Amino acid sequence: MLNLLGDFIGELRAAGIPVSMSEHVDAARAMEAIDMGSRSLVKASLAATLVKDGEHMPVFNTAFEVYFSNRSWDSAQQELLGEAEDPEAETREGEGAAGASGDGPSRGMGGGSSAMTAQELADLLMRSLEQGSVADMRRVAAESVSRYAGMEPGRPVGGTYYLYRTLRNLDIDSVQTQLLQNAVEEGASPLEERLAKDQLLERIEQLKAEIEREIRERLVDDRGSEALAKSVRKPLPEDLDVMHANREEMAQLERALRPLSRKLAVRLARKRRKRRRGPVDLRSTVRRSLSTGGVPIDLRFKPPHPAKPEIFVIADISGSVASFARFTLHLVHAISSQFSKVRSFVFVDGLDEVTRLFEGVDDPAEAVARINAEADVIAFDGHSDYGRALLTFHQKFAKDVTKRSTVLILGDARNNYHQAHADVVADLRHRAKNVYWLNPEPVSYWNSGDSIVNQYAPFCDRVIECRTLRQLEQFVGELS
Amino acid sequence: MSALDPRQELAQRLGLSEVPPVRFESPAALREALAEHDYLSDDAIASVTFLADRLAKPILVEGPAGTGKTALAKAVADAVGARLIRLQCYEGLDESKALYEWNYRKQLLRIQAGRPEGTGTEEWSNLEEDIFAEEFLLTRPLLEAISATDPVVLLIDEIDRVELETEALLLEILSEYQVSIPELGTVKAKQIPMVFLTSNNTRELSEALKRRCLYLYVGYPEVERERDIILSRVPGISTTLAEQIARVVHSLRQLDLKKAPSVSETLDWARTLVVLGREEIGDEDAAATLHILLKYQSDIERATKELLGRPKSGA
Repeated sequence: MLNLLGDFIGELRAAGIPVSMSEHVDAARAMEAIDMGSRSLVKASLAATLVKDGEHMPVFNTAFEVYFSNRSWDSAQQELLGEAEDPEAETREGEGAAGASGDGPSRGMGGGSSAMTAQELADLLMRSLEQGSVADMRRVAAESVSRYAGMEPGRPVGGTYYLYRTLRNLDIDSVQTQLLQNAVEEGASPLEERLAKDQLLERIEQLKAEIEREIRERLVDDRGSEALAKSVRKPLPEDLDVMHANREEMAQLERALRPLSRKLAVRLARKRRKRRRGPVDLRSTVRRSLSTGGVPIDLRFKPPHPAKPEIFVIADISGSVASFARFTLHLVHAISSQFSKVRSFVFVDGLDEVTRLFEGVDDPAEAVARINAEADVIAFDGHSDYGRALLTFHQKFAKDVTKRSTVLILGDARNNYHQAHADVVADLRHRAKNVYWLNPEPVSYWNSGDSIVNQYAPFCDRVIECRTLRQLEQFVGELS
Repeated sequence: MSALDPRQELAQRLGLSEVPPVRFESPAALREALAEHDYLSDDAIASVTFLADRLAKPILVEGPAGTGKTALAKAVADAVGARLIRLQCYEGLDESKALYEWNYRKQLLRIQAGRPEGTGTEEWSNLEEDIFAEEFLLTRPLLEAISATDPVVLLIDEIDRVELETEALLLEILSEYQVSIPELGTVKAKQIPMVFLTSNNTRELSEALKRRCLYLYVGYPEVERERDIILSRVPGISTTLAEQIARVVHSLRQLDLKKAPSVSETLDWARTLVVLGREEIGDEDAAATLHILLKYQSDIERATKELLGRPKSGA
């Protein structure tokens, strides 16, 4: 079979995209059916046969760039064509190669010798951004990477640092400010101003993407697809570790959360509606039986009223685990119609109820954003104190916890060597239906340092490792 | 090993006398054909549709509402001169609405008509064979598409609205182009129809369904493409206005809105501005007509603030 395709699919699987055997076969068949000379057609065909989820496209795109980069396109094509046993292969190959080298006028000069002075490059940069010409941007990318990136062969990196260095040397920020001033004419209306600004920012993003692509292509030349794929491989948003996400990943997570919670809500609502069959409704059955001469052929049932649990969320929102708490609160409130009541509490070393923030807000994200500003959670020094917080909860709210309540405690149980007060959890379990502890740390870190999960664990129904959105969604889904 | 062409293989399985010719020569030809019917595609759309035709596989089209998923199926049907058979999905859709149903009133009439005067009942085995014949079958969209002899395009709209279990009804059609009816046997397609499924992604579709389809994600168009769409769909609009509209809408979509404006809403807005006789969009016009693009008050307020740099006035 096609080796390259096999490797490529291996990479997709490694990145978390499920590609089945039959999809592999489809992709191979597609490759036979289409004109292999066109890179965009090959890309679209592979995407259509291998990726079945819009959210997976960024991962696919990265992998495609690495395995079928513009530069290695010729050789990739030859390999693919060679396998196809096509009598016309040779002639097509020639055409394809010509087409591939024709589409990038920058190829020749992208090498080592700079044909441009720094001033010419700066001018070209300005011009490309003002006019938005992709060809110019490519030239800028090729030129600036050879000049500024300072790439060292053989280093096992993904290229982020090279990108940073190139952009810094191009002084992209001051170029941006200057162009912004140019773009806004005297007396322009706010709308025109805004449009010009948006357009400029978009072009700069486009330029950055071109530079990144250029760097990646050179890295592929240097180290080969397989090695590079490993360095640039990024997990899917739902598999990102929430505790260790950087800013960009955090933004990805935020974006993934909304559709996730919406889908979860739809799924649960459907599940609930399907669970019909309450007890037999005698009155309605008899009424129905009139049309069959008094014989009750068609049994009617009362609508079910499944027990909706009451949820108490107690979340640690101190630095390290704050984002995890926010996601969980968002998700739980997004599906709050599945519960008879949701009450939320947040703590650091003091505890505050934040249920009111979620009332009357149709987007939980807004309420979650307000928690940090409005909740009163610091009693002493602002270091998490689980013992104190749980004790406060117990004193003030334990009377509300009944046999219909489920208590969720969120946090890493890093107690800063304060007292644990585990007996409080024991009493809560006694009162509530279930007590669950969600810990965003990997299991191997539990009970190391000041983590005292073990002291609480015996009194919880389950202690669950919950590091990614996928795990979180699964758990919340099981709750209702 | 010489692999059989997918269309050939399918034709053999369906027992067709000849392999139906492909509908489009190349993605470029497909693009042109669609453009003639006022559907402006992009690279991905054209490539995937072309591929679906070559491989004889259904396409699952996913993307936000109002980006032209249904329109794609219609345009393809127009372009190849085929009849469009549409199955609109909804919660509670079942076999008898999607596939086929026995016309039991007619069956009942047949039984009564077959009972000769006074001489008791007709032979049961004859009767049974008779009443489960195609004559008594009510075809619903899926069966109709399979049994059609004229060229058809089947559109299964908003597949994400049916329950997971109902999806299974489709699997036989999607992979084998046939329908099994227990009383009658298997009805095989007389041709290879093009099949489109659309989904708004409100729930995860089953792996089995996804595996049988090619996947096409149709997102919001680029500024240039949206401009061209406006130009082709809104008569009497100037290029500058179309361009400006496309750019405003593009900027709006970058904001964090509850519901981003769709292409069809863009077209509505463009038509409004043409009717108002505008050559370009001033701030006042934009503020006064934003409600055509945005359907939530909070979105309108945010857009007014971000784009026009001021809070919405009392109006």
